[in-house]
Amino acid sequence: MINIVWLVFLVSGICYGGWNGRIEFITQSAISAAEGAVALSFKLIGVMCLWLGILKIAEKAGIVNFFSWLIGPIIRCLFPSVPKNHPAIGAITMTVSANMLGLGNAVTPFGIKAMQELKRLNQDKDTASAAMCTLLALCTTGFTLVPATIIAIRSAAGSTNPAEIVGTTLIVSLLATIIALLADRICQLFSKRPARRRPG
Amino acid sequence: MMELLGAVSVWIMPLLILVIPVIGFVRKVKVYEAFVEGASEGFHTAVRIMPFLVAMMVAVNVFRISGAMDLFVNSIAPLLNYIGVPPELIPLAIMRPLSGTGALGLTTELLNTYGPDSMTGKIASTVLGSTDTTFYILTVYFGAVGIRNPRYSVIVGLLGDLAGFLLSVFICYYFFYG
Repeated sequence: MINIVWLVFLVSGICYGGWNGRIEFITQSAISAAEGAVALSFKLIGVMCLWLGILKIAEKAGIVNFFSWLIGPIIRCLFPSVPKNHPAIGAITMTVSANMLGLGNAVTPFGIKAMQELKRLNQDKDTASAAMCTLLALCTTGFTLVPATIIAIRSAAGSTNPAEIVGTTLIVSLLATIIALLADRICQLFSKRPARRRPG
Repeated sequence: MMELLGAVSVWIMPLLILVIPVIGFVRKVKVYEAFVEGASEGFHTAVRIMPFLVAMMVAVNVFRISGAMDLFVNSIAPLLNYIGVPPELIPLAIMRPLSGTGALGLTTELLNTYGPDSMTGKIASTVLGSTDTTFYILTVYFGAVGIRNPRYSVIVGLLGDLAGFLLSVFICYYFFYG
């Protein structure tokens, strides 16, 4: 799946660019994107260190456990394959909470931490497990209570009521999250058979 | 209401960085040592993401710069138009899952052109706020743990984006006209 999507981006981009007379921009854009990706990874290092450090304190202080106790029951329904007291539950809880609070750059480190915990439960090292796919579905729709960035750009553009969209954003992101989770469940059911047929 | 939201978004980060270590200290955690222990994982993880990020960002950028994305936008425009999506919002629908900064740029442009309090402005704001950059999340989250085959996640993520976009259009029409 991802192989095809990736190839389509490249093939359609390069062929259309060539036909369109924009071929010289292709090389430039590929190189600048590669450099941009490296720059972004380096930027991530600082943010990751900061939030993973804070997360470690929260873990040791029992704050993560408190959050798990608070919204853990919902999380456990969404991730039935994760054992009850596994650290993955705590990490997923923190990711979802950070997402809801609109903590922007803290979400990624927490989400990665959750993925790492889920990976320990996964026998296959290259292929995503069902729980990993569910976590991704939850994160790509990104349920947020306070969309701070949007409020900021709205007021910068001179809106008379920048926070007006908070209500619609909440409803839409809640519904989109539910739809993504349902789609995830359905895909999970349909993908069971090929997984069993795999040799070994 | 506005002041409160503003205050929350400004205060929440510093407050967390304050409250968590203080609670930790009260609960007898060696806060500095714990922080460093956690932070030491940061470098390794970020470096691990790099090849995944290079692969995805190069492909997305080539797709955008070549004009193939505009071609795609133009080809699905009649369909989306037919179901009631304003034409000026269609590029945002395609950009949203591909690039976070790209989508933010497009939204800012729409807000400045049509006005933040216009229907277009409100829909664009809702689209930006209600979904996330699917390809970025997929690349970073799976890249960090070395997952090369994300299985059906791509479809689920894009379906979530499509649902988020269409719902933004219809719910905004319902709320701000009704």
